[in-house]
Amino acid sequence: MTRNDSAANAPVAAPSSSSFSQNPTTEIPNPLFGSCPLPIFQHKNIVLGHGSGGKLTSELIDKVFLRAFANPILDKLDDQAVLQINGDRLAFTTDSFVVTPIFFPGGDIGTLAINGTVNDLAMSGARPLYLAAAFILEEGLPAEELRRVVESMGTAARKAGVQLVTGDTKVVNRGKGDKLFITTTGIGAIERDVNISANRARPGDKILLSGYIGDHGMAIMSKRENLEFEGAIESDCAALNGLVDCMLDACGAVALRQNGGHPLHCMRDPTRGGVATTLNEIASQSKVGMFLHEDQIPVRESVQGACEILGLDPLYVANEGKLVAIVAAEAAHAVLQTMQNHPLGRDAKMIGEVVSEHPGMVRMQTRVGGTRILDVMFGEQLPRIC
Amino acid sequence: MCLAIPGKVIEAFDQGGMRMARVQFGGIIREACLEYVPDTRVGEYVLVHVGFAISKVDEEEAHRTYQILEDMDQLSELMAPVVDERDRHSQTPHPTTAAENGATPPANGVTRGKEGD
Amino acid sequence: MKYLDEYRDGRVARKIVDEIQRVQTKPWVIMEVCGGQTHSIVKNGIDYLLPEGVELVHGPGCPVCVTPLEMIDKAHAIARMPDVIFCSFGDMLRVPGSEGDLFTIKSEGGDVRVVYSPIDCIKIAQANPDKKVVFFAIGFETTAPANAMLAWRAKQEGLKNVSLLVSHVLVPPALAAILQSPENRVQGFLGPGHVCAVMGYEEYEPISAKYHVPIVVSGFEPLDILQGTLMTIRQLETERGEVENQYSRILDREGNKTAQKLVFQVFQVGDRNWRGIGTIPHSGYHLRSEFADHDAEKLFDVAQIATRESAICISGEILRGIKKPKDCPVFGTLCTPQNPLGATMVSAEGACAAYYAYGRHLNQSKGVDVPIHSVGGAA
Repeated sequence: MTRNDSAANAPVAAPSSSSFSQNPTTEIPNPLFGSCPLPIFQHKNIVLGHGSGGKLTSELIDKVFLRAFANPILDKLDDQAVLQINGDRLAFTTDSFVVTPIFFPGGDIGTLAINGTVNDLAMSGARPLYLAAAFILEEGLPAEELRRVVESMGTAARKAGVQLVTGDTKVVNRGKGDKLFITTTGIGAIERDVNISANRARPGDKILLSGYIGDHGMAIMSKRENLEFEGAIESDCAALNGLVDCMLDACGAVALRQNGGHPLHCMRDPTRGGVATTLNEIASQSKVGMFLHEDQIPVRESVQGACEILGLDPLYVANEGKLVAIVAAEAAHAVLQTMQNHPLGRDAKMIGEVVSEHPGMVRMQTRVGGTRILDVMFGEQLPRIC
Repeated sequence: MCLAIPGKVIEAFDQGGMRMARVQFGGIIREACLEYVPDTRVGEYVLVHVGFAISKVDEEEAHRTYQILEDMDQLSELMAPVVDERDRHSQTPHPTTAAENGATPPANGVTRGKEGD
Repeated sequence: MKYLDEYRDGRVARKIVDEIQRVQTKPWVIMEVCGGQTHSIVKNGIDYLLPEGVELVHGPGCPVCVTPLEMIDKAHAIARMPDVIFCSFGDMLRVPGSEGDLFTIKSEGGDVRVVYSPIDCIKIAQANPDKKVVFFAIGFETTAPANAMLAWRAKQEGLKNVSLLVSHVLVPPALAAILQSPENRVQGFLGPGHVCAVMGYEEYEPISAKYHVPIVVSGFEPLDILQGTLMTIRQLETERGEVENQYSRILDREGNKTAQKLVFQVFQVGDRNWRGIGTIPHSGYHLRSEFADHDAEKLFDVAQIATRESAICISGEILRGIKKPKDCPVFGTLCTPQNPLGATMVSAEGACAAYYAYGRHLNQSKGVDVPIHSVGGAA
């Protein structure tokens, strides 16, 4: 089950996009034999579940987008593309933000846009440098709201050390645009000798999580019509590039001592679909299994309470200021300690390990002592009564 | 049928002709209707299903029955049915609670099966 | 969270399991009636904690699964109407009818809204006087008080634009139907804790007596289910067949009389068709005639759509505890939550969906349900 890593440091030009992720049960068109002949996409119309980050999203990407953009080197399917241009390695990413409400506890659509894009770049070990943003404004959007959002973006960009260098604005008729949509593109420089990719997890690696899960998704949910609740749940929206820098410093020391490949194998921010979906994606890309310990996974009491009454599972709820990292065992404790010394990683925990059994499957020991499998979400997680 | 969660009543009020409450569930607060548990007081715990309190938590009973679970490895010899119906309208203790009332767990009771963390 | 977290304590769970091992001398088949209990068992891996010889089978306590296809099609037909705001619990959104589900209807322009409580419909109706607000009132007895309150308030306040599409089902007749079947393997039951919080458990006494089966009304947390299982096994080992109450911190024999009063003012008992099982007499609630103005079945002319159930689906046998999901040849392959063929896969609470969600289809090994062993040397 060992993979040949010698190609890891070779020039890589792998165009991929932030939402493209592979699901083990769907087919990828074979570049040698052409696209799959079966009639594929079953849905007549797009439904909300297609945007939820779970199996429906994978199906959409696989059966609609990949077929059109068929590209021999799409199989990396990371959240950002790592490009080789004139000897420099660059990370390149794009994302769009359509959250409602546009203002929520702990942030707004603007902070989400900046931090989300910075994080996508940081997850490849890149230093985020420049962002572009395109705004689609709905006729009737109060100018004051736009101003607040844009000011938030400015603040977030300065805090993250990135510059917004170009942009675009469009206005659509009332009723055609849910107030405000933002699309961002980001570019960063990979200056370190890193090789972070979803297919690099190895049995024996440790799984690190940077802190409390479910804050962002439940903060949004607390404002959702008919599901509102009171309570101090704030989005954890934050730029993680500073935390990642510290983690890479810690790795750097270890790599020198151990003389092996870079110990930080995979890193991803568990946004929509939550930690469970992200770990499943990595497990399936790397063809490894994972085993987690429920009692090590930090969840705030308020998030727990909200999830309990709505019947939601925090492991599938979106986060916007957290990361999971798959680190070689020999470096794991050093990296964990470094994370815990950083403000955004104070509550970091080692939540499990990568195993060779059950490749592609993530299992968990439950708090009560049983075991459970964490499958990929299908569509949106919905509040339930049963 | 199914999803109902216990929460603490932190405020009760009337709204639109119905008795309502703000109920706290581990750090968040949601409104629930108290019409079906009209004698609930602030500070008590209720079981909430789809925005309605359908029952109150009997805290004494909860404590008593949990203690039985905790002491299970000590009591296994006594072979009493673990939980019996407690008549909520009478104060007469059920005969089998005598064993539970009398038994005190040994100071160094052995727990089989090591707990995590 | 108080009264929740302590019932998930692994150390105490171990004690109960040890006690089960101590008292159990023979194999037993126990059914947990309620979908929420199934969910808890699979989510916490409780069946893997139990000793071999204690088999848990999953019952018909999933109101979403047992809602007949005709009713779902009626719901969809109403939701498609242009002046309707169709409100539903989240559970029903992805249940497919003959053509698509509520999400599809939403994508086609239908006004479909998820609500947490039936009472939310009142606000919606008041804010939209020119629209008809229809609430999909499904559930077992647990949800009846909430649904009843909606109907009651709508009538009291003369909210003409509020109606309910009622598909309520009752547990005791379903239990009796299971026990009556000659193929029945179930020897004891974990009774539905939240249904009994409303209704009490008097109705289960004649059933228990007639068939001489233990029925232990149990809660939903791991310790509740384990303790309920222990109490059931103790009865079985001593050949008793009685109703007992594990969930005494929440309910007593009478249940919630205040809630029952309103439920009976709004609803009357009638026959109901259970998907996968068929019509069970006196097994559901219908709105009383005084509430005809708020009865969506009467208000909306929804023609019967021809509905067809899959020939290969064995939901009926699964709901009655005769078979398990792994016994189905198409479980996890042709039949998945994305493409459910029948009742027990359509909702997250159905036995098949619960098994699938927690990965059981990945652990099929020659038809034997083997607990996945914990990874040696983990952590």
